[in-house]
Amino acid sequence: MSETRFTEQHEWVRVEGGEGTIGITRYATEQLGDVVYVELPAIGKTIAKGAEGAVVESVKAASEVYAPVGGTVTAVNEALGADPAKVNSSPEEDGWFFKIKLTNAAELSQLMSEDKYVEYVKGL
Amino acid sequence: MTDSQNLRRTPLHALHVELGAKIVPFAGYEMPVQYPAGILKEHLHTRDKAGLFDVSHMGQAFLKGDDPAKALERVAPSDFVGLKEGMQRYGLLLNDAGGIKDDFMATRLKGEPALYLVVNASMKDSDFAYIGERLKGLAVLEPQPDRALLALQGPAAEAVLARHAPGVTAMTFMRVERMPIAGIPAIVSRTGYTGEDGFEISIAAFNAERLARILLREPEVAPIGLGARDSLRLEAGLCLYGHDIDETTDPAEADLGWAIGKRRKLDKDFPAGMKIMDRFANGTAKKRVGIRPEGKAPARDGTEIADKQGRVIGRVTSGGFGPSLNAPIAMGYVASGFAADGTEIDLLVRGKALSARVAPMPFVPHRYKRGAAK
Repeated sequence: MSETRFTEQHEWVRVEGGEGTIGITRYATEQLGDVVYVELPAIGKTIAKGAEGAVVESVKAASEVYAPVGGTVTAVNEALGADPAKVNSSPEEDGWFFKIKLTNAAELSQLMSEDKYVEYVKGL
Repeated sequence: MTDSQNLRRTPLHALHVELGAKIVPFAGYEMPVQYPAGILKEHLHTRDKAGLFDVSHMGQAFLKGDDPAKALERVAPSDFVGLKEGMQRYGLLLNDAGGIKDDFMATRLKGEPALYLVVNASMKDSDFAYIGERLKGLAVLEPQPDRALLALQGPAAEAVLARHAPGVTAMTFMRVERMPIAGIPAIVSRTGYTGEDGFEISIAAFNAERLARILLREPEVAPIGLGARDSLRLEAGLCLYGHDIDETTDPAEADLGWAIGKRRKLDKDFPAGMKIMDRFANGTAKKRVGIRPEGKAPARDGTEIADKQGRVIGRVTSGGFGPSLNAPIAMGYVASGFAADGTEIDLLVRGKALSARVAPMPFVPHRYKRGAAK
């Protein structure tokens, strides 16, 4: 089974078997506009919760993507190199950024559930 | 950032909202940065068909006097005295040190003694005060806050506009005429800020929405926001005031020699004229250049530029992604020894040195409708 959790900075993390897949939400992509470049972390890099994991660039600006949970990078979405627009077309599936082996699964409880995130976005 | 309560709106604000625009503060105005299509599609649409831009935030004014062109030459190095009727010319407003206070367009309308000026939105209050004060006793500046300004840009612009104003087909690049468009009195200039053929259309504010709706009903026309306006002008190699030129840069290092009239170069009778012409002759420490990063990562305004030994030699002043090139592009200043096309440089982006080359501009060829050579 997997569970997806969300941050106030509009990242999502979907956790399955101690590994989290991380991306940004549709709301985030709508704010960013067309994504033209994504800078991904190196595999094997350790990232603390809340630290910069990736950078997403739209036509207009660069934005940091922070790791919703800490861990070690196990995979990156190489397909974004050739087709960064996947982030816009499928932000919560094909447009994932990187995978991370969680250091401390308890960090997940500090993140929002999908219902809470939907409420949070409504309030923005 | 300006307090949102103090932001002004253009006469097309309600239309932008109706069209679903994302509105952002820009130069003291609430402006559409993009419509639902998004910057990439809006940019490509403009290069392919025709885009309609609201640039009503820009400053329009008439300069009146016995010889407004001669008066204006006191603060700008263009040959305005030699400007023919029905023609527009690019100008640089200079401070006493030769720094660039703004760039603008000046037009001598047929049969009218006044010059028609268009200046940047962010600078209009300052420009109008400066011109008014410097030309006191010689000319009087009359700002036109009740005029709106639309730009129709792209290869289909002429065909679209000709349906409502047949006279535009006879106009060539930089020509300006008063003519009605769909019966609405307008000042039509065959100019723009995209590198494409197109028009800028000045009308009374109360006619702006009606004209915009008429043009948007044409199948080739889509509304385009400021986001695509910026990527289009950067691909066209055109300077953005406050980024690529400002009071700390002069026409020589900005490589804008073409904006100084031939007669003016000889007479050097403009602010800091001796100094500026000396700098053209003997070179400047830095120079404005185009830059093509070799990878896919854009380098933004403020990015440091280094030589291959890691020494900082300059700074990016405009940078982003060029949708028509599907690649990042930038403009910036480098030490003059590095200004030759093809020079290998590094862009220091997020602590990494990214390979790039100095490149000729425009990045995308201009497609103006030029007249026959005289």
